[in-house]
Amino acid sequence: MTSKTNDAIEVRNAVKRYGDFTALKRVSLTISDNEFFTLLGPSGCGKTTLLRMIAGFEDVTEGGIFLFGEEIEGLPPHKRPINTVFQNYALFPHMTVLDNVGFGLEMLGKSKSEARKRAGEVLEMVQLSQFSARKPSQLSGGQQQRVALARALAPRPKVLLLDEPLSALDLKLRKAMQIELKHLQKETGITFIFVTHDQEEALTMSDRVAVMSAGEVQQLGDARDIYERPRNMFVADFIGETNLLEVTVDRIEAGRAACHLGGGHRLTCDAVDGIGAGAKVHMSLRPERLFLSSAPTESESLKARVRENIFIGTDISTILDLDDGPEFRVRASNSSRGTSRVFEPGTEVFVNMEQGAARLLVD
Amino acid sequence: MAKGKYDLRVYPGFRAITLLCLVILYSPLIVVMAYSFNASPSITNWEGLSLRWYADVFTGPESAKFKAAARNSFVIALIAATVATAIATLSATAILRGGKFRLRTVSFGLISLPLMVPEIVTAVATLIFFNAIGFDRGLLTILLAHITFCIPFAYLPISARMQGIEATYEQAAMDLYATKRQAFTRVLLPLMAPGIVSGFILAFIVSLDDFIITNFVKGAGVETLPTAIFGAVKQGIKPNIMAISTMLLGVSVVMVTLSWLISRKDRKT
Amino acid sequence: MAGGAATGGSSTSDTYAEARTWLLLPAWVTLGILVLAPVAIMLVYSFLTKEFRGGVIWEFSLGAYDQFFCNRGLFGDEPCSIEWTYIQIFWRSIWQAGAATLLSLAIGFPTAYFIATRPPRQRTLWVFLVTIPYWVNLLIRTVSMKFLLRDEGPLNDFLTGTGLLSEPLAIVNTNFAVQLGLFYSYLPFMVLPIYAAVERYNFALSEAASDLYAPRWTVLRRILLPSVKPGIIAGCILVFVPSLGSFLAPDLLGGARNFMIGSLIEEQFKGNAGNWPFGAAASMILLTMVLIILLIFARQQAKAEG
Repeated sequence: MTSKTNDAIEVRNAVKRYGDFTALKRVSLTISDNEFFTLLGPSGCGKTTLLRMIAGFEDVTEGGIFLFGEEIEGLPPHKRPINTVFQNYALFPHMTVLDNVGFGLEMLGKSKSEARKRAGEVLEMVQLSQFSARKPSQLSGGQQQRVALARALAPRPKVLLLDEPLSALDLKLRKAMQIELKHLQKETGITFIFVTHDQEEALTMSDRVAVMSAGEVQQLGDARDIYERPRNMFVADFIGETNLLEVTVDRIEAGRAACHLGGGHRLTCDAVDGIGAGAKVHMSLRPERLFLSSAPTESESLKARVRENIFIGTDISTILDLDDGPEFRVRASNSSRGTSRVFEPGTEVFVNMEQGAARLLVD
Repeated sequence: MAKGKYDLRVYPGFRAITLLCLVILYSPLIVVMAYSFNASPSITNWEGLSLRWYADVFTGPESAKFKAAARNSFVIALIAATVATAIATLSATAILRGGKFRLRTVSFGLISLPLMVPEIVTAVATLIFFNAIGFDRGLLTILLAHITFCIPFAYLPISARMQGIEATYEQAAMDLYATKRQAFTRVLLPLMAPGIVSGFILAFIVSLDDFIITNFVKGAGVETLPTAIFGAVKQGIKPNIMAISTMLLGVSVVMVTLSWLISRKDRKT
Repeated sequence: MAGGAATGGSSTSDTYAEARTWLLLPAWVTLGILVLAPVAIMLVYSFLTKEFRGGVIWEFSLGAYDQFFCNRGLFGDEPCSIEWTYIQIFWRSIWQAGAATLLSLAIGFPTAYFIATRPPRQRTLWVFLVTIPYWVNLLIRTVSMKFLLRDEGPLNDFLTGTGLLSEPLAIVNTNFAVQLGLFYSYLPFMVLPIYAAVERYNFALSEAASDLYAPRWTVLRRILLPSVKPGIIAGCILVFVPSLGSFLAPDLLGGARNFMIGSLIEEQFKGNAGNWPFGAAASMILLTMVLIILLIFARQQAKAEG
């Protein structure tokens, strides 16, 4: 490829400290060329700091950042072939849409007419050609968002950074933009690094996701990996809805771990490296992988009583009290197959697990 | 590769210019303050520290003139600032709590008019006005003119404060059976207090400082401190003038600091 | 009463709507009688005949304006040719006020910017430091400036004493001294609006420009300055307008050769050389100029907002 390596961005042992506060604790990750990569985490987890370090707005306290194998730490933002789509777009209010989009090219030394020509092409790509003479304030939020995207893409950066660009849009528009962004990334072949706190957004769009918390990467993998095989409590809790149960591992046999929880309920699930017999750990049970029945369907069905059913549109969520155990949630899709598994409050039922519903978590 | 923060907000040289700016602003004042303590009757030579020129202001040959001027200045400033603050408070209530009405913009424009008309023009117009209606010039004409130009200075902090007070406070008071008058005096006015104090202080200083308008509308023989100082300076800058200036400067600085502390303390709570 | 409370949720309320006429009456009366009426009477006076030793004769005359604009020769009997004396004084005033405005901008913009980019808690202290001198009596400030700058003053003592200069620098009674005095008079008016604009400025715009390959000073020129332009224009107007009609700085620091409008007007009302109608006419011309400037400014602000 272009130079020594195929990794678009390598973050090597990057630490960021503000005085006594450590925003980023020795983060290392590599992002491949042509990848849609997402940094996912709650606010304050360090994801935006990391993004701003890649863009050049924050310096790195320790460690380095490499773009196609070349260190870029120390280069000011205007010398990095990396562009950013800002959270609130940061469109220049005194310039027209066309001049906004052409700004980067102009700064790269292109003539005004050349910059405008390319800007026009990019605006066409995001279907905003008819608005090129307007000022940003005359556009809707969704249109501004596209202009910001076009402006960042126009100089053909090697890497595009997106800092929660969809957070200001309403739900419907956000969903449409998610798909459009994904297509745009495939079309242009530019590496996208996307920052968001919305796990659904991250799972929808990304090739790979890095889940961050407290200045560290908690887990890195593709969407399925992260959702179905969360490594620790934070990831299991942050991604999707889940039941977290305290369990004790009784024994491990043939890659399966037999556990019990309060009230004498027994459960078996896949063993996980680093968790041996006798360990007291948490177990994640995805509510949509559980179903209710009036009679036990297998030896490990948990006996419980229905407390309340909550209608949430696509699904029906049932809150149960486990006999001598914690509260519990089960989700059934709002379909004839799903609703046949919904019981009136007060009914005694059995909770059954689909394959892979339970997962043991380190700490 | 060179490390170090590339801070977009920092422009080289701006800090130096800011410091230069402060030097230009403060050095004349500091020099005059320093020379007011000079023992020498000459303003050029330094002969050691002394308070003789302060003593001269209070007991010297010109002391009677300065005392009268100081009394005029402070009495006028006190009355003008009080009246202007009252007028400004009522006007702010009407403009910010009186709903939308046709004369709202016009009223605001009228209140800020003394800020927009050049001072010398106001001075000329006021002089001509008193002359035309045959009103004898003296302390009263000075006072009337001062009340007028103090109104916008009192109005600005008061209206800024009132804008920050949500109307729901008074509405809550009225919901709890207060009449409008009670809602005004028991809720709005106490909440407004810091703004009213700032407004009063600014109006007081502006009145104390005024030279041009006073110089036009004062009658013969009536002096305020600025006109007395101006008259004396025309004969040359003397050490006793520097002593008076230093005292007057001290009053202004203390009052502005007071106003600043009030607004700052208020912002914290 | 309880149920009658206004339910409006806007930033301003109509709680005291029925009392507003009474609340505004004191301001209307005071400002109407002491600002509007005097300006109207001043306009009338500018069309009256002058009386020697000050005052006017109630007789219509265009004499004041004629004197301002027309040169009718030594004996006043020639046809009107343009009189340059007063136009020159006005022109000099405009020029001096303009130079003072530029000086204020050159120093005030970096200062305002520097203050606005301090940590929020330090900002009010910096603003306070810059505004304190403004609240010191203008006369005292101007006198202090003169004291510092005069030929035998501390500044020249310092410059010659340290050997930086062999001869004292003659600053007092120059144009520059007047500009410096005007700068000193009105600097906060430049700093405060620019400070407010920079404080509101969204620095993500600077970051975006930098991200799009603009170097530091290009960011300043292309993004920051256009964004805070309304603050800069407001600052320039607020310095220019009072400078135009100022009296103390030119009178004390400028000397006779640097006569400005303020001194010209003042002279008409002092002593026996006075000419009230002419002073009123000159004031009217100054006021008209200022109002035109403010009107253009207000138009532009309205356009920028709309």
